Amino acid sequence: MNCQDSDTGWLLRVRNLTKIYGEPIATSVQYTGPRFNSNICPETDAIVACAEINFDLYPGEVLGIVGESGSGKSTLIQLLYFDQVATAGEVYLSALDEAQTNLLTLSNQRKRHARNTLMGMVYQNPRDGLNFGFSAGGNIAEKLLMAGSFHVGRIRERAAYLLGKTEVPVARMDHTPSTFSGGMQQRVQISKAIANNPPLLFLDEVTSGLDVSVQARVLDLIRQLQRELGVSMIVVSHDLAVIRMLTDRTMVMKNGRIVESGLTDQILQDPQHAYTQLLVSSLL
Amino acid sequence: MNPILDVRNVSKHFHLHIQNQKHIAALTDVSFQMAEGEILGLTGKSGSGKSSLMKCLYRTYLASSGEMHFRTEAGSVVDLVTAREHEIIRLRQTEIVYCSQFLSVIPRVPAADVVAEALLRRGGDRAEALERAKELLDRLGLPRELWDAFPATFSGGEQQRVNVARAIIAAPRFLLVDEPTASLDLKTKDVVIDLFLAQKARGSSIVLITHDAHTLARMCDRRLHLEFGRVTEAVTA
Repeated sequence: MNCQDSDTGWLLRVRNLTKIYGEPIATSVQYTGPRFNSNICPETDAIVACAEINFDLYPGEVLGIVGESGSGKSTLIQLLYFDQVATAGEVYLSALDEAQTNLLTLSNQRKRHARNTLMGMVYQNPRDGLNFGFSAGGNIAEKLLMAGSFHVGRIRERAAYLLGKTEVPVARMDHTPSTFSGGMQQRVQISKAIANNPPLLFLDEVTSGLDVSVQARVLDLIRQLQRELGVSMIVVSHDLAVIRMLTDRTMVMKNGRIVESGLTDQILQDPQHAYTQLLVSSLL
Repeated sequence: MNPILDVRNVSKHFHLHIQNQKHIAALTDVSFQMAEGEILGLTGKSGSGKSSLMKCLYRTYLASSGEMHFRTEAGSVVDLVTAREHEIIRLRQTEIVYCSQFLSVIPRVPAADVVAEALLRRGGDRAEALERAKELLDRLGLPRELWDAFPATFSGGEQQRVNVARAIIAAPRFLLVDEPTASLDLKTKDVVIDLFLAQKARGSSIVLITHDAHTLARMCDRRLHLEFGRVTEAVTA
């Protein structure tokens, strides 16, 4: 597969993305997956966290990834955000080298640049996305600095603007996130993630640890930002209610593979795969 | 005739893996065509497959076999059964609108915003969209104090009016409408019917499900009668 598939207009193209921990052998992928109800290679105990991942994401589209713990959904976006190193595969972004360069083959320096200018990530645990030794404003400044903004006044201005936009009191800009509530920490993370106006945003279980009412407000904020900025998003969640509210399309993962993908309303109302049927029927 | 929709031999069955591999046939070998600007009524008892057919057209259900050729505004023909998802998403944003029997909206969004959003998605001005939304809600007789309330707590009839306003605000080319007048009084019913007829007058095509004889008589150009998932009769009204 190469990046000159007939289809055009996509923002992100992922082909055969694979992550294996341990020592894979040639048949590790073949003998794992939903068919075997396992992601552990029977020969070497290598763990196939995800494999055979193929999809395209279009501008402005919101793609959900659902699946149980250990299905590989978080690994998938961590690979795309370079938090982890892929074992194999190809990833193209239309905004990078006119979609001609496989992102996985970039130098570390170029990976950092792509990550800071073209992507944003919001983690489940704010400690993964924020430096608790810095102030809220400092965390946002870090992302801006990494993308090449060096004018202190303008950085402060932008940080204040972003905090305002995500409804964090600007008066708390110089406080560290450790003094913030969980919902506010997520808002600071969101500010940081969108600081450089990236075309692509990853959200990993962003509301999982929050109270229902706080969760609702964070989801409202994400929806509103998505509409205003027209950013493409990949939303990882085990919560079908979150997926239903935020996404246009959904991929269902199990044992490191995509078992089904479709329009979100189709996945919820006419699930095809046995596992998706179980998942949907478990919805309260 | 250059049909806007050409449905050929569509069947839909459900295979329920987790309930003893139960198999349910919802639609069998359904074929029909629709002309541009036509209103086609789907009739038949509850469970005859009307809503399944409509959901297949919207891709909320995946047809098991057959083809559904939809002619887009640009003149290209898209098979709604096999088209790529992003293509369906684009069509839903621009041409094909589904007005379901029950309102399902994002929580915590006021009624006027729910209605305006359909227009905003096409890139309109927010103030203008809200203005237009309020005009429609006013015409449909939704009390003014409900315009900035959340529709989740509305009565059935109130929700239905929000649904109708949302469906037509962007004047889509192709409308799928499921029981638009079920919980409305006669006067409001006629307002809803007039609004849909105005859409037709602008060239929109509509697939309509209704059990209401008055709505059917006033709106439909043609009827397709379904029994046990099969078309048994096609009548020109």
